[in-house]
Amino acid sequence: MNEKSKKFDINILELASRIFEKLKLEFKTILPQLIAISIALLVGALVLLVSGFSPIEAYGSLLAGAFGDIYGLGQTLTQTTPIVFTALAFLFAFKAGLFNIGAEGQFLVGAFAAAIVGISFNGLPSIIHIPLALLVGAVVGGLWALIPALLKTELGAHEVITTMMLTYVAIYVTGYLANDVFRAEGWVAQTPLITTSAELPRILPPTQLSASLFLGIILVGLTSYVLQKTILGYEVRAIGLNPLAAENAGINVKRGLIIALVISGALAGLGGAGEVLGVHRRFIDGFSPGYGWDGLAVALIGGLNPIGALLAALLFGILRSGGMTMNRVTGVPIDIVTILQGLVILFVAAPVIIKYLRKRRAKND
Amino acid sequence: MIEIFDLITVGLFAAAIRMATPIAFAALGGIFSERAGIINIGLEGMMLTCAFSAVATTHFLGNPWLGVLMAILIGALLGLLHGLITIKFAGNQIVSGTGINILALGFTAYMSQIIWGSRGASDAVQGIEPISIPLIKDIPIIGGIIGEHSPLVYILIIVVVISYITLFKTPFGLRIRAVGENPAAADTAGVNVYRIKYLCVIISGMLAGLGGAFLSLGHLNLFAWGMTGGRGFIALAAMIFGGWMPAGALGASLLFGFSDALQMRLQILGILPPQIILTLPYILTIIVLAGAIRKVTPPSDYKPYVRE
Repeated sequence: MNEKSKKFDINILELASRIFEKLKLEFKTILPQLIAISIALLVGALVLLVSGFSPIEAYGSLLAGAFGDIYGLGQTLTQTTPIVFTALAFLFAFKAGLFNIGAEGQFLVGAFAAAIVGISFNGLPSIIHIPLALLVGAVVGGLWALIPALLKTELGAHEVITTMMLTYVAIYVTGYLANDVFRAEGWVAQTPLITTSAELPRILPPTQLSASLFLGIILVGLTSYVLQKTILGYEVRAIGLNPLAAENAGINVKRGLIIALVISGALAGLGGAGEVLGVHRRFIDGFSPGYGWDGLAVALIGGLNPIGALLAALLFGILRSGGMTMNRVTGVPIDIVTILQGLVILFVAAPVIIKYLRKRRAKND
Repeated sequence: MIEIFDLITVGLFAAAIRMATPIAFAALGGIFSERAGIINIGLEGMMLTCAFSAVATTHFLGNPWLGVLMAILIGALLGLLHGLITIKFAGNQIVSGTGINILALGFTAYMSQIIWGSRGASDAVQGIEPISIPLIKDIPIIGGIIGEHSPLVYILIIVVVISYITLFKTPFGLRIRAVGENPAAADTAGVNVYRIKYLCVIISGMLAGLGGAFLSLGHLNLFAWGMTGGRGFIALAAMIFGGWMPAGALGASLLFGFSDALQMRLQILGILPPQIILTLPYILTIIVLAGAIRKVTPPSDYKPYVRE
């Protein structure tokens, strides 16, 4: 009996040490990101301190706001949802070596298109109406990204400039449509409400959290699968690593780039559609606080890995939802969140920083 | 009734020059950076931060020229930041530039609220008064277009000339181009590659800073949220369209400035909704970029240089 329990102990120890090893490995891969986030929070604290706020109070109210009650939690997940989509959008294009910094624009046109489908087709059953609106949002987002894709493959125009310019065009055009052509009665520049048959269900009443979150999580898995297990994913990654080698290996690079950017735009457009159908139930001019930009930061912090992006999206959801509470309670301008975002991007921009710091410490020791 | 031809006035061309100036400064900044092999898409954020710094400094010190100096200084620091990340730490140039853009948007909006209590726009400050050039001012038509502007507009012309001479007529310029075209060969020839790269990206930030200062102090005399409105990216397009040459970039900037000035006047005319007219400069940028790109070759492969 005694012996048996000893054996059992050893087994447990072995198992624990194995789990520990595995965790250590996982930890090592996300360490640079954790350091980047920590440094950003520290610099952010400094900014708060210099401008006369207490960082502890500010960050405290941020956390309390993001997790304090069911409403805060719902708000956090609601803010997380669109960022999951835009992060996947940035990530997918990036795997092909493309910088889609225009996810904000694709998000907006997708959102608007979904709103139009949601307003129209009165009397359609939900089971058709919702997927149709989502699909149209994705298609329009994808088409919006097709423009810079073709400009790149056919004329060589860099996507960084074209996607950015098209984001401005998207902001103004959707703004015009919501202000003018499709404007609902009233003071706010917004479309009428979508019909109930197009509404994505809310999953945590009374908060606005909608089933769009599930769609986002499914897409995380799907993106991961496509990138790792399919020929398309293989081609996309090969093009991203070395377009010349990919061409030599018989991959149609032009086609691959176009598909990658269109899928990227479709993901962003789908995110916009989810926001309209699930959260706002209409298109409101200027409703996005910059989810497209969040996506870029989140994809980078997530180590350009779909699951990492999901976790990083949660972090930004916390910042966005807690940031509102922080603003209300302590009066700290909400833009501190954008500052943190910029800082994190700068710190993850240079993976070598972390290595560099380690080396220096090793030298000093 | 205002007819479309009534819009083509001396005032339109003068406005075109005014709108072109910040773009041209930033485009020159882009040239210095890219000639040394560093893409600087952070121009947008650098301009924005500097536009803000110029107004904030003027607000506190009361002298707009000190604001301009501060803008140049802050631009230099942001250039150095971009340099540290992309040169020392071999970070991705586009990621770093995007980080600077986002940081700038957040920082300026945040500080606006701290200083003026408003996210949208700052209080008005004393701007830089326009000056008129004695003889030129009296020439018919031309005098009306180029005779009276902010001193920064005339400084721009001088900077274009100096940039050209520096890049193409001095040993320093030769080194810059060598570093961009073939850093390994430049290194072998005894050029301090890293130093040149740092200098260029700092100059790039300073020029973006001048553009930002003009944007806030040259005309509106206040800072407004996101007031660069993509001009940093339009400047990159102007740089490419101008073939990475100072005079070419100036010409391209004038084209974009003209579209911006025309856009504002078309809004008065009211034939199209204002939001649709506002897209004009962005669409023109895309068209120009798409049309130009096959005819010009970038001066560098933009890879981070790692000494063997």
